[in-house]
Amino acid sequence: MNRRSLVSAGAVVLGAAVLSANIAGQAPASAAKAAPAAKAPAAKAYTPPKTPDGQPDLQGFWTNSTYVPFERPQGVTKEFYTPDEAEAAIKAAAAREAEQTEPGTAADVHYDFSQFGLDRSQSKFSYNLRTSLVVDPPDGKVPPVNAQGQKRAAERAAARKLAGGPYDSVQNMAIGSRCIIMGGSGPPMMNAGYNANYQIVQSPGYVMILTEMIHDVRVIPLDNRSQPPQDIRQWVGLSRGRWEGNTLVVETTNFNGKNAFRGASETLKVTERFTRVADDVIDYKFTIEDPATWDRAWTADAPLARTEGPIFEFACHETNYGIANILAGARAEDKQKAERAKKGSN
Amino acid sequence: MMRSRLLTRVTVVAFVAWVAVAMTLVTAQTPGYKAPRAPDGKPNLNGIWQAINTANWDIEAHSAAPGPVLELGAAGAVPGGLGVVEGGPLPYRPEALTKRNENRANRLKLDPEVKCYLPGVPRATYMGFPFQIIQSQKHVMLVHEYAGAVRTVYMTDQVEAPADSWMGWSNGRWEGESLVVDTKGFNDLSWFDRSGNFHSDALHVVERFTARSADTLIYEVTVEDPKVFSRPWKMSMPLYRRVEPNAQILEFRCVEFVEDLIYGHLRKQPSQ
Repeated sequence: MNRRSLVSAGAVVLGAAVLSANIAGQAPASAAKAAPAAKAPAAKAYTPPKTPDGQPDLQGFWTNSTYVPFERPQGVTKEFYTPDEAEAAIKAAAAREAEQTEPGTAADVHYDFSQFGLDRSQSKFSYNLRTSLVVDPPDGKVPPVNAQGQKRAAERAAARKLAGGPYDSVQNMAIGSRCIIMGGSGPPMMNAGYNANYQIVQSPGYVMILTEMIHDVRVIPLDNRSQPPQDIRQWVGLSRGRWEGNTLVVETTNFNGKNAFRGASETLKVTERFTRVADDVIDYKFTIEDPATWDRAWTADAPLARTEGPIFEFACHETNYGIANILAGARAEDKQKAERAKKGSN
Repeated sequence: MMRSRLLTRVTVVAFVAWVAVAMTLVTAQTPGYKAPRAPDGKPNLNGIWQAINTANWDIEAHSAAPGPVLELGAAGAVPGGLGVVEGGPLPYRPEALTKRNENRANRLKLDPEVKCYLPGVPRATYMGFPFQIIQSQKHVMLVHEYAGAVRTVYMTDQVEAPADSWMGWSNGRWEGESLVVDTKGFNDLSWFDRSGNFHSDALHVVERFTARSADTLIYEVTVEDPKVFSRPWKMSMPLYRRVEPNAQILEFRCVEFVEDLIYGHLRKQPSQ
């Protein structure tokens, strides 16, 4: 796909997304222009459909792909853009993605972002007028990491340095490259950049969330069972859910700290709130609490947009030739360097 | 009162006897048990289930034997098993039998389970890890603890497999008391067990999940693969509900556990 058709495809998606944004109760054009400070127009009552056992129905395929930045960009002071400003921000972001496919660049050799839906604008994305996903603190920025968190970050950096170069061993490489877990898996569910798709299925007493990236599944029990013992630690923590009216509230603790969310510690607690606010939108907010990292809790609002299924199998590890090739390349380089050094010393 | 209690006792004894008979015939027949209904009126198979057998070592009958890793001793030895395949040895085509025997001889190197690869079907069901059935009207999810393997069974909106995959593409239907899952679109990379029993990309699996009591299912499988087998064959086994309080599918994210095995030879040498 060339850049011109990329932009036009983006515009088509944008047009469709604007419609869904209005349904979603995000500030529509008129409201935003008339009262930029208003958070949202008067919420239109929406009653979500129910599953046969009476749970509010969140089922289907959803995406949290978005062009809304996680934190508010420098120089932006308001909470919502006007639709024109939002469109300009999306165009600029799509152009930055397209630059990764500039012929002759290293990025272009790695992945052609104009293909296979790697570029967000080619797929459905969750549109809203927010200037940042972070909504609390009100400045749209993650609170500063406290002294304890900074100390831990420094220790982690020192441990990484001690472990050697990034390609000395597989363990030194990024967790996502190793197909262990991707950043978008959650909790919290973060926009993965591409393949940011989820499937939700409900049965009595359970909500299942399948993340497309590395086929990650969370089965969330809704039966008010006790929190698990502290000794069991997982990459995705352990989740407990409950319904508060039409909102699914999921609390997750027992993280193993190895996929530290923005530098968080093992004491991280994530509280997610899923509310279906339209046929094609789930309002998704998450609150992050970790006194070992931040002095205050903070919250992001990252709505999910309905997307087309189905989700295909993401067998990541099974054909992870990249790891073996990168490490083999690094070892060949080591060998070459050693030989050169030997020649030089002779 | 006495009489009715006696009657109850006789009934219970008869029922127990009947269950005992039914258990011995578990592979041969479906008992008349009717599962409680799910809220949508279908048999309720929701729950966490697990096979208790040695089929993952070998789906055919086999004696106890030393395991493939010397250092593990008795802890890694193979328990015997009566087998889960119906009616005699697997009907391999001659050249396929040769390949199975080669697989078996080199299982430490070749078994996809050793590398934490997705387990395929039906192996995922009897690996010795629990799996959870999450039943909705459109999709039935089969969520496995091993490697986080997951299958979506499409009950509506059914299409052909868009491409080959490890866990295949599953379309499902209710047939009376049974959930019938028809799966095609497999790659040729997964195995049936640790003994090298294998299939090709022509594999077609039909599974039948039927409740046989409140806490047991009968799992019946028909395997068809004309490239590897001369005729279709069947396996069956009971599956048991994990009834302990707070039972749940935990993480078995095994990629991390096999990285040194797979990539260890590419680690930078300290001397360099």
